[in-house]
Amino acid sequence: MLDYETLKLIWWLLIGVLLIGFAITDGMDMGVGVLLPFLGRTDDERRVIINAVGPHWDGNQVWLITAGGAIFAAWPAVYAAAFSGFYMAMLLVLFALFFRPVGFDYRSKIADPRWRNTWDWGLFVGGLVPALIFGVAFGNLLQGVPFHLDEFLRSHYQGSLLGALLPLLNPFALLAGVISLLMLALHGAMWLQVRADDPVAARARKIAVPLALAVAAAFALAGLWVAQGIDGFRVVTHPPFDAPSNPLAKTVAVERGAWLAIYQTVPVAVLAPIFGFAGILFAAGLSLLRRPGLGFVASALGMAGIIATAGLSMFPFVLPSSTDPGSSLTLWDAASSPLTLTVMFWAAVIFLPIVLSYTVWCYVRMWGKVTVAGVRASGPAAY
Amino acid sequence: MIDPLFIELSRWQFAATAMYHFLFVPLTLGLSWILFIMESAYVMTNNEVYRDMTRFWGKLFGINFALGVTTGLTMEFEFGTNWAYYSHYVGDVFGAPLAIEGLMAFFLESTFIGLFFLGWDKLSKRQHLMVTFFTALGSNLSALWILVANGWMQNPVGSSFSAETMRMEMTSFTEVLFNPVAQVKFVHTVAAGYVTASMFVLAISAFYMLKGRDVGFAKRSFAIAAGFGAAAVLSVLVLGDESGYTLGDVQKTKLAAIEAEYDTHPAPAGLSLFAVPDDQTMTNQVSVKVPWLLGLIGTRSTDQQVTGLKDLMAQHEIRIRSGMQAYEALQRLRAGDSSDEAKAAFESRKVDLGYGLLLKRYTDKVVDATPEQVAQAARDTIPPVLPLFITFRVMVLFGFAMLFLIAASLYFTLRRTIDRQRWLLKALLWSLPLPWVACETGWFVAEFGRQPWAIGEVLPTFLATSSLTSGDLIFSLVGFIGFYTLLLVIEIFLMVKYARLGPASLGTGRYHGEAGGASAHAG
Repeated sequence: MLDYETLKLIWWLLIGVLLIGFAITDGMDMGVGVLLPFLGRTDDERRVIINAVGPHWDGNQVWLITAGGAIFAAWPAVYAAAFSGFYMAMLLVLFALFFRPVGFDYRSKIADPRWRNTWDWGLFVGGLVPALIFGVAFGNLLQGVPFHLDEFLRSHYQGSLLGALLPLLNPFALLAGVISLLMLALHGAMWLQVRADDPVAARARKIAVPLALAVAAAFALAGLWVAQGIDGFRVVTHPPFDAPSNPLAKTVAVERGAWLAIYQTVPVAVLAPIFGFAGILFAAGLSLLRRPGLGFVASALGMAGIIATAGLSMFPFVLPSSTDPGSSLTLWDAASSPLTLTVMFWAAVIFLPIVLSYTVWCYVRMWGKVTVAGVRASGPAAY
Repeated sequence: MIDPLFIELSRWQFAATAMYHFLFVPLTLGLSWILFIMESAYVMTNNEVYRDMTRFWGKLFGINFALGVTTGLTMEFEFGTNWAYYSHYVGDVFGAPLAIEGLMAFFLESTFIGLFFLGWDKLSKRQHLMVTFFTALGSNLSALWILVANGWMQNPVGSSFSAETMRMEMTSFTEVLFNPVAQVKFVHTVAAGYVTASMFVLAISAFYMLKGRDVGFAKRSFAIAAGFGAAAVLSVLVLGDESGYTLGDVQKTKLAAIEAEYDTHPAPAGLSLFAVPDDQTMTNQVSVKVPWLLGLIGTRSTDQQVTGLKDLMAQHEIRIRSGMQAYEALQRLRAGDSSDEAKAAFESRKVDLGYGLLLKRYTDKVVDATPEQVAQAARDTIPPVLPLFITFRVMVLFGFAMLFLIAASLYFTLRRTIDRQRWLLKALLWSLPLPWVACETGWFVAEFGRQPWAIGEVLPTFLATSSLTSGDLIFSLVGFIGFYTLLLVIEIFLMVKYARLGPASLGTGRYHGEAGGASAHAG
């Protein structure tokens, strides 16, 4: 039996794995959605793009749903405070996501160009808004979120409607949003080089290099900003790590540069940003060398590195509070009970490998270039 | 303090988004198995008409499925966005089945659904059949896990409140999983989905037969739906009865409210067929009863009583007073008193903590509640009777109507005269909305009948919300209803368009309305 402290740490890792899994799989679909109106100039070309992710987007989206469910089960306090505290932002994401299932399935059902064009922009919005907002959310996590917990651990926050939304759109958070959007677009462009035929693949190749350079530059800028421009959080005193979860039992200090502490205490953590830069730049290089398969793997590793950098920098925090640092939630004091974490651990150990194996089987069965001739021949049997 | 408008808006939003979502779920649950049956027939007989059936009904399945996914996303996030204190308070128990649902069911269903639509040319026959099977299995497993979660809201077993973490924590996963309410609800709900899908296929097939087009295709579809539906509708009714029994056991208030039983009558209780309940005076103005029946359903005996609402209210008032003491003891623990005496005082009363929290509506301090406030809170424990009494009867009436229609469909299918029974075909076509009304009223009974609790006897609904404002909720509620209604209109438009087109929409050239297509497919 795993002890409580280890379980808490494992769940921090597992949530990270699910978020990275979401970026690699559904993030790819969102990137493809963002590129759809620009890389596809005719209806046939757009059908090529849509069918390049068509069989898989729904399964990919489950990474998002499962990450949400896992946060609910493993960190109920985080699920409660973050999802309600970011209410307006969550609504924007949800409304944008609504366009995707219907966009994919309904677009091909009617041949009218206005109908199809409308759904194309729906798929664009369904990729753009979540990609941007998830990055903005990370940008706000790094600065702390304005919430506090009362004595009964109910969370309270400031502002409503636009008053709650606009402060989230601050310069650093927008930079994080841009990183997220550009890296998903790059990842989508790598996928289209793998699975789509020319001219779509050729256009994707053309934009991959500038996208990758922009991601790397923005990521470097964000790193400097974290070091020089924003305050990090540090746990000062803490009850034992295996104590029952009580977020109000610790004390927290807010300090410039605290987010970089982990790279001194655990130097190996620096592998995360290195993977981030290397993966993104390798993706650009492999795209130039016309090795998009390897390039896709590189951009996946790059995204994993970037997301891991954000998560590691905040360790052990997962939802710092800017208005009441003592209310901040960490992986030690926002976790579920030992029994729930154990049950969920075994569920993940059993089902994640099964999920991965049938997902791979599905990709293998559907492999092959999607071509204009192919979608024309399929007629109503393809998207 | 509690803002009543904000609570109402929060409830309306959850009810609206959940009821929209459940317009699409039952068809998915049942049609996925019907598709599997049709495709199995194709793999076994090699007759192309079965493949065309799978693909055509699969198209309608897809139009419905897209909105199921769309509206389902909201449900996954809405506990956190709108019921944050609920999420904190019970996430330790309630979150687990939701996360397992994702891992075990959504992945399965959603990964294979794309191959169901787009994999016909890339997969062998058997592989495609397997894909269809996993899609159906996944969607039905997701129903299992969400109903385990919902069953726990109704009957929170396998868990206990912790004063240190201020939340319910799981004490036994198997108790949560094998919660009798959850098991009964699961079978009742999926079987209702199977009936919905059967009625859907029967009604549209009846339309083709009435028009005299694609008759061979329609008769085959009709026969599968009639057989599948007959088994399903029996399960729904039997499990509905079983639900009555578990209600009599664990949700006595809901049962008494559904039956407008204000008074406890000598056993065995009669079942009200018709009544005009009045919550003010707690009497029925008119009442027509079948002797013995409610006692048999609710207690499976002739000598046990079904407790009436007045007696239940008196019992609840005692528990509210006990809950006040639990709340006082909890405050001492939270203030740092770690003496054994303080712990013992809390442990002995904590099953009534939820009842104490009911007073939060009237006094923030709880412990200073006046006798009037206690009495008011006790009255709150009884949900409004009339809406429950009516919706329950609509559900049951429609259930029996569908039993009749499906039994007649099966009978004439077996007699091979179904295409001549125009009265039945017309009745089926006009009865298309029945299963949806029955499903929605059924959920209304289950969830409205749970009030005032979000988690039965543990967490009152009005405490379970997020700390948002009415303005936030008006914005989101208008957004959801506007967006969903627009999508629903588009969905119905496409559904009608493709149902009218019929199998000709596959473009095989073999069906009604196609160049070279026969009006009655011979296959």
